[in-house]
Amino acid sequence: MKFAVLVFPGSNCDIDCYKAVEETLGEPVDYVWHTATDLSAYDCILVPGGFSYGDYLRCGAISRFAPVMSEVAKAAEQGKYILGICNGFQILTEAGLLPGALLRNTSMKFLCHDTVLKVANNRTPFTTDFSENEEIVIPIAHGEGNYYCDEETLARLQENNQIVFTYSSNPNGSVLDIAGICNERGNVVGMMPHPERAVNSLLGSEDGKRMFTSILKAWRDTHGAASVR
Amino acid sequence: MMKATVYVTIKQGVLDPQGVAVQGALHSMGFEEVSSLRIGKYMELQLDTNDRAEAEQRVKAMCEKLLANTVVEDYRYELEG
Repeated sequence: MKFAVLVFPGSNCDIDCYKAVEETLGEPVDYVWHTATDLSAYDCILVPGGFSYGDYLRCGAISRFAPVMSEVAKAAEQGKYILGICNGFQILTEAGLLPGALLRNTSMKFLCHDTVLKVANNRTPFTTDFSENEEIVIPIAHGEGNYYCDEETLARLQENNQIVFTYSSNPNGSVLDIAGICNERGNVVGMMPHPERAVNSLLGSEDGKRMFTSILKAWRDTHGAASVR
Repeated sequence: MMKATVYVTIKQGVLDPQGVAVQGALHSMGFEEVSSLRIGKYMELQLDTNDRAEAEQRVKAMCEKLLANTVVEDYRYELEG
């Protein structure tokens, strides 16, 4: 299974994502610059955190027009796995690949600490290695992680089981304590917490590992590959 | 040349934490009469065109595509020149 980690000017969690794939899965992974125009070689695309384009105008507003983003839309359409983390989540909402938007934290503070998340949906390709309603520890690091969508969209998210993670204790004011959501099909996930920063007990938690193992398992299930590390 | 002025504001019903904080600061300074404060963005664009209809149509497209996120923001614009 081949992973791409997108790199925008101002991304700063790209190395963490790369290392998480390398060390957790041992599968091939490449950095892919935002000017790339072909992602056909990749099975999973990670849109990492950071401050792409300095968060100018709005977080993710400029990155979403990077050439690589039309390829990401194409990959989403093809059912490939796409995971946007933090700024990556903001970019995916700006691009319209996920509904809603991320607003300023209600506290107006940049928050950087561990959070307890509840796995609200363990049937996405990204979460099968968790049990339903399991509580996991994943850190956040954001100033604009306050998830917002209108009532109608929210009802649709609930109806289609698109809420993937919720906070046990809401840090940022997001509606229904939402920490992560997926698209209707389930192949595109966006989340504010950083699973790539929780892949080793030395980092305080290794709960994030299971997101990566889930993705690999999902891919193997559809591609009949047998090798296990 | 034409000048477009674009105002982007947070939709009514969407919480504006920045506005709430600034309103709180004004209250603590004694400006108790401030019953609401919303922070938005103001943008000035110089356009290389004299065709008003075309300018209007293109500024609207700019707002829809980039300058505002219509999920959470409203926009309005003025054209001069």
